[in-house]
Amino acid sequence: MYHRYVVVALSRRKPNEGKELTKEEKQRLRKQKKHQKKQKERKNEKGPSETEKDKTPVSLLPPPQPVATQKAPSALPAPASAPIPVPASAPFHSSPAPSPADKPAKSKAELKAERRARQETDRAAKQPGSSSSGIKTKVPLSELNPVVKRLPEHVQVDDPAVVKRLAKKLERQQIPLRSDYGYKVSLFSHLHQYSRKAPLTQLLSIPSTVIHPSIVRLGLQYSQGIVAGSNARSVALLHAFKQVIRDYTTPPNEELSRDLVNKLKPYISFLNQCRPLSASMGNAIKYIKKEISNIPSQCKEEEAKTKLLTCIDRYIEEKIVLAAKAISKYAIEKISDGDVILVYGYSSLVNNILCEAFEKSRKFRVIVVDSRPRLEGREALRRLVQRGISCTYVLISALSYILPEVSKVFLGAHALLANGYVMSRVGTSQIALVARTYNVPVLVCCETYKFCERVQTDSFVSNELDDPDDLMVTRKGKTQLENWQDVSSLGLLNLVYDVTPPDFVDLVITDLGMIPCTSVPVVLRVKNLDQ
Amino acid sequence: MELQAVLMAAGGGSRMMDLTYNTPKPLLPVGNKPLIWYPLNLLERVGFEEVIVITTKEVQKMISTDPKVKLDVKMKLDLVCIQEDADMGTADALRHIQQKVKTDVLVVSCDLITDAALHEVVDLFRAHNATLSMLMSKAHEFTETVPGQKGKKKTGEQRDFVGVDGTGKRLLFMANEADLDEGVVIRKSIMRKHPRMHIKTGLVDAHLYCLKKSVVDFLADNKSISSIRGELVPYLVRKQFSKSTNSPKVIDETHQNLKKNDSNISSRDEELLHLTQERSCWNDHRGDMSDAYHGGRLRCYVHIMDEGICYRVNTLAAYIEANRLAPKLFDEPAVHPSAVVSERCLIGADSIIGASCQISDKTSIKRSTIGVSTTVREKVKVTNSIIMHGVTIEEGCNIQGSVICSNAVIGRGADIKYCLVGSAQRIEPDGEHTTASPHLMSKACSA
Repeated sequence: MYHRYVVVALSRRKPNEGKELTKEEKQRLRKQKKHQKKQKERKNEKGPSETEKDKTPVSLLPPPQPVATQKAPSALPAPASAPIPVPASAPFHSSPAPSPADKPAKSKAELKAERRARQETDRAAKQPGSSSSGIKTKVPLSELNPVVKRLPEHVQVDDPAVVKRLAKKLERQQIPLRSDYGYKVSLFSHLHQYSRKAPLTQLLSIPSTVIHPSIVRLGLQYSQGIVAGSNARSVALLHAFKQVIRDYTTPPNEELSRDLVNKLKPYISFLNQCRPLSASMGNAIKYIKKEISNIPSQCKEEEAKTKLLTCIDRYIEEKIVLAAKAISKYAIEKISDGDVILVYGYSSLVNNILCEAFEKSRKFRVIVVDSRPRLEGREALRRLVQRGISCTYVLISALSYILPEVSKVFLGAHALLANGYVMSRVGTSQIALVARTYNVPVLVCCETYKFCERVQTDSFVSNELDDPDDLMVTRKGKTQLENWQDVSSLGLLNLVYDVTPPDFVDLVITDLGMIPCTSVPVVLRVKNLDQ
Repeated sequence: MELQAVLMAAGGGSRMMDLTYNTPKPLLPVGNKPLIWYPLNLLERVGFEEVIVITTKEVQKMISTDPKVKLDVKMKLDLVCIQEDADMGTADALRHIQQKVKTDVLVVSCDLITDAALHEVVDLFRAHNATLSMLMSKAHEFTETVPGQKGKKKTGEQRDFVGVDGTGKRLLFMANEADLDEGVVIRKSIMRKHPRMHIKTGLVDAHLYCLKKSVVDFLADNKSISSIRGELVPYLVRKQFSKSTNSPKVIDETHQNLKKNDSNISSRDEELLHLTQERSCWNDHRGDMSDAYHGGRLRCYVHIMDEGICYRVNTLAAYIEANRLAPKLFDEPAVHPSAVVSERCLIGADSIIGASCQISDKTSIKRSTIGVSTTVREKVKVTNSIIMHGVTIEEGCNIQGSVICSNAVIGRGADIKYCLVGSAQRIEPDGEHTTASPHLMSKACSA
């Protein structure tokens, strides 16, 4: 039926048609056109609402739509559908935006293409909505409209509506809101910037009742930098969760599988306030939540708790300890005698590899490159020298001076993104870039549990801003930047992470083997299939 | 539960016997509130809901019966009585309540008046998994003349030597001058680990300690330690750097014994903690080859306050100073609403008038504290003084820089300068008393 209309419309369009159409034919044509238009509209509406029910298409430029709240946006023509949408009843409100764009008379090819596109989105929607890294507000993977993905909340700090929503959420969970500190450089004003001298604990009651004491301790250790480094943070997090689970008792009329997950949510918000969660922590949290919700309801509490504790132990053993051993095994093959290896900052994994290689009597020397303000390389240097490895220490400004001596570069990673980019400590992309210029192979070592489904091509969109006061340095009793806040045109920026494109990385060594950077999405897909 | 608060209110106030022979120290009025109210208020503000108060039977009786002693705190007070004559030190008291202590404790002394941010002390305790965390403050000189003291203040107070590391947080050395024979002796092991140490002497110990539960259990085993400040703290500070000796009751062993009790749980957790520390790139010092904390398990931390109020009311001078500053700590109106104050009297801005007072005409009250139910008649000048509860001051008196204890009666026209009038004393009319005259003690003590 549909096709018949199309044919008629086409024939009308032909420029060589000389004959004038009769009045009745014209009327018929007009009616057909209207009918077509209506059908097309209905089809377009059904398309969006069939897919992910919770999300609505939103455009990026005006403030994005919240799902939970009902308020209508200022600029958008397409108001959010109700949080509990019913497919049929989201009719003429949702997306009138695309339909006016549709012309009623289209060519056969165009319509076919449209149909195909719609089928693709339906198929994409049917896939399990596997969310991205463990950030709370997940970006939906299945996007029906090619418009834009919704941004996670933690990169929209300059939007007062988002901040208000966050404050409300924290109030509900009885967690104090940590206020931002100091002037933020405008390019990064969408990120949080906290001061280490204003810890979150000053707003909490001292015998903390709302938050488990081990989580408070963990949050403090994160914000003061006592536990730093992706692996250390994940292990500490899981250790704290073990204490929480041990001290947990199911309230009456509640199920452990649901209640425990709800108990963990405020703790995760609290930790996020102390220091933004890392990708590895996010994956660990996802794993735990999955394990908790998979506990059968007839399981007794003690049994369930021991099961969870063994799961956590196993996770740490498999994904961190054994993975490190496997990665060392692969990496040692790449280290030959007489090598000069360059490492940057402190990566527990790379340190592990170098120590094991040294024990296996490989002869090599190490150049440790370090950068301010963290100066983590000093700790790496100490541990390597303690083992007996001969090391050289330079700051990153001397990189191009020292690179002609280097035969290999080993880098650690904070996370590996789904498009093959490596997210690591700020300065890593510089190292990779200069190494590429000197044709020195760059090897990134990363466990698979740090692989994350986020996609990023620049270091601006999602990053972490550390305390700007760390950049102040006191030499001979004088601190030049002491009153930087008084200078109105001065802003201090202390970035933590940056992303390295995959063209600069030659090889990624994971516990699954040695893969090129572009195979990361494959690993992710295999992992998802497993789960 | 994370922390339990313990308030030590059994002290005798041996350094201000003039004031405490009648009123027990915890109930001395400071700014018209009993002294014990201040630490309780501090704990309540911070968020504690329960406090264990160790006190004497006398104090407990007074708290429950005396209407003047109003502790309007919302927390639950668990009063534990000890015998007054048992001469228990603070550590003995802690040993006494060992059964009640289920988690780490925060020990506070009843004579502490401070507006410190407690979270600083507790954060050090939490973040570094410390065994001891305490609060100290830079001492301020007392500016007020102390009644009854002739001449300059004698520097009889023995100095405390406190050694901290470069960050100013880790406690490395603590000794009192009385314990040192010739000079300050610092062990080589400390110098090797912390080559730069700052030794400070002008610090006031606030007697606020966060102690791990294992310390309380250790006290239960070691009955020889009787005072927290005098013996336990220096012992812990010393123990940070000593290698584990062969003595049977060592605190490290207590740590280990406890761990053996819940063996399975703790050993795996210990492994995880060890793994975390191994993978983390943090170190508390640099310059040598050792791991964070030099591999030591016992750590003592101190938070030194630069600014803010921190007083320990254990001498007369401190008591007077505290009375000056206490009103800044709470924002109740200076003049109690139930006081009857006539219009033609001059009350300075920094004076406090207690409840149910009667201030008559033409009186002038400057920088003073007037207690509850005190009567002040006409033409009285009160300057820089502390008048406690139930005092009657007849007309024409001139009181300067003095402390008048409860229920005293000052006769007409008396002129009192820098004196301390004991409880329920009567000063004859038209008497003139200055610092030169001896203290006016109670009848029982007077010659």
